[in-house]
Amino acid sequence: MLIEAIGLRKEYILEKVVTKVLNGLDFRIERGEFVAIMGPSGSGKSTLMHILGFLERPTSGLYNFNGRDTRSLSDNELALFRNEKVGFVFQSFNLLPRTTVMENVRLPRLYARAREDSDVRTEEAVRQVGLSHRRHYFSNQLSGGEKQRVAIARALVNRPEIIFADEPTGNLDSAAGAQIMELLQDLHQAGHTVVLVTHETFTSEHAQRIIKLKDGLIISDQPVAKRRFARDGSFIK
Amino acid sequence: MIFPSAQNIRNIFRSLLANKVRSFLTMLGIIIGVAAVIVIMAVGAGAQSLILNQVKSLGANLIGIMPGATEKDGPPASVMGINITTLTYEDARALLDKKKNSHLLDLVAYTKSIGLVSWQSNQYSTNLSGCTAGYPAVEGGEVEAGRFFTSEEERNLSRVAVLGSTAKRELFGDNPALGEKIKIRRHVFEVIGVMAERGKVAMQDYDDQVFLPLKTMQKLIAGVDHLGLIRAKVDNAQNLNQAMADMTAILRERHGIIDQSGATDDFSVRSAAEAVDMITQVTDGLRFFLAAMAALSLVVGGIGIMNIMLINVAERTREIGLRQALGATRLDIFRQFIFEAVAITFAGGAIGAAIGILISFLAALAIGHFGYQWDFIVSGYSIVLALAVTSLTGLVFGFYPAAKASRLEPVAALRHE
Repeated sequence: MLIEAIGLRKEYILEKVVTKVLNGLDFRIERGEFVAIMGPSGSGKSTLMHILGFLERPTSGLYNFNGRDTRSLSDNELALFRNEKVGFVFQSFNLLPRTTVMENVRLPRLYARAREDSDVRTEEAVRQVGLSHRRHYFSNQLSGGEKQRVAIARALVNRPEIIFADEPTGNLDSAAGAQIMELLQDLHQAGHTVVLVTHETFTSEHAQRIIKLKDGLIISDQPVAKRRFARDGSFIK
Repeated sequence: MIFPSAQNIRNIFRSLLANKVRSFLTMLGIIIGVAAVIVIMAVGAGAQSLILNQVKSLGANLIGIMPGATEKDGPPASVMGINITTLTYEDARALLDKKKNSHLLDLVAYTKSIGLVSWQSNQYSTNLSGCTAGYPAVEGGEVEAGRFFTSEEERNLSRVAVLGSTAKRELFGDNPALGEKIKIRRHVFEVIGVMAERGKVAMQDYDDQVFLPLKTMQKLIAGVDHLGLIRAKVDNAQNLNQAMADMTAILRERHGIIDQSGATDDFSVRSAAEAVDMITQVTDGLRFFLAAMAALSLVVGGIGIMNIMLINVAERTREIGLRQALGATRLDIFRQFIFEAVAITFAGGAIGAAIGILISFLAALAIGHFGYQWDFIVSGYSIVLALAVTSLTGLVFGFYPAAKASRLEPVAALRHE
């Protein structure tokens, strides 16, 4: 068991107004799973991803990662977990401007504890997403789909235990989106644990299992009955 | 990550180049500040060497005796415009006693003033140097025509004059001056000599003056009885200290001063070497004061850096969030922004130093063009200091923006539009 959440809650207090975002979630994610967290905007899915990805702490409840209670982690330990345990892929790519593919992919290596094999790992990650021929291109010279592939390579470069993809196809056209979904499915096939956050039922059906959120509660948690595969053209609407 | 990686450094310079105008304006304060410091230091050093070279060219074996006591290292009181009457013609005569003053070659005593000299309808205001006959021997200078006055004439109120080359030209033009009568304060003098042109040495114009016998000057023109200065020439620079001691002893005896410590002396004996030290002290002080003023602009530049770094942090909030998501600690973020601030100020400092050196060089060329012996001096010390100070400026003024960046919450930073 990679992830175990028990009674996970998150509240924000802004000018004495308490906003409850997550109202007690219980679930587990096994190593090697491909899980979609789905829900409308405001359902708390992004906040859940941020907590699972160590970007913020839950207000209460228990979050065990790989059997370890994460409540006692300091800011620096959280940063180290983000660096070593997880890889993020964002909707808006978040590549650095005026920076090459290789340099973007290498970025997490700058903050890694051991950096000796950074060149090898960077090359490997770029090859995994099929961008070796573009490795010295600057980020502004790439198409949207290519940018997202760079982001995926960047998420892979530290060989994380889990990849979080937050609406990874949200800024892409169908063809580019299909390629990204295919890549995520390939990574899952190769043994990676992937958590996909999306508001589209259709996109979520590329995962093995869908956790549906509404108003900060899990309203269903079921395997996908009829799974879609991007390779078969399922992503082209 | 104590030092930023090569990749970080590359990114910093790429982003500087991407915002060329902004980077330049940001650095401008630093550039001007550093350039100003270096130019002031270099021009100051050049001016100092010019003065020192000229003072040294007067001769290392000259001793000046001025009326009035002085601090050991300070300027003589007479320099401050205070009129002191303790030094007389008889003192000068006494110093010429070779038995007591064996290293003395010759000396010249002065009483100086400024006055109007006329010949026929021409009038010219010039320096009137009442001096003793030792002038050519001590100060140098060729007599071009005629002769200098004798020690007889210096005492017996002879109404003779020797013209400096400028004074001769202004009064007589191309006409011969020898044997002509000139008028100074209703007294008529006969021109017995004209000096060859010598130029300015150590800020002193040797040509723009009229030499009169000392006693004549004192009685007829200045109406005083004391000397402004005695200058003595010693046989050898190595005997300078002995000669100074001898002359001090003679003067103390004559003035009835028993105290050998010098505390009650009413005169001061100085060598050219001491004058050199004094000039160095004064000009150094001036130079560092001006450089400190120029360094103030570095503070202004630093405020500009802080301003732009705050904008930078705000603009790159998402990038900060991203870096945090990828594992950057707060310290990593802090280091990145403080290094960027130092990189900008250092680059500004380097550009400013280059500009400062160039200006100093051009200034040296231009001044040299006017015939001065001007040295182009840029000390490595001033460059290192400038770069160190600018880097420090980056550290100080980059601190707050970097701290602000490092305090951002990852999620809030990532969501920032």
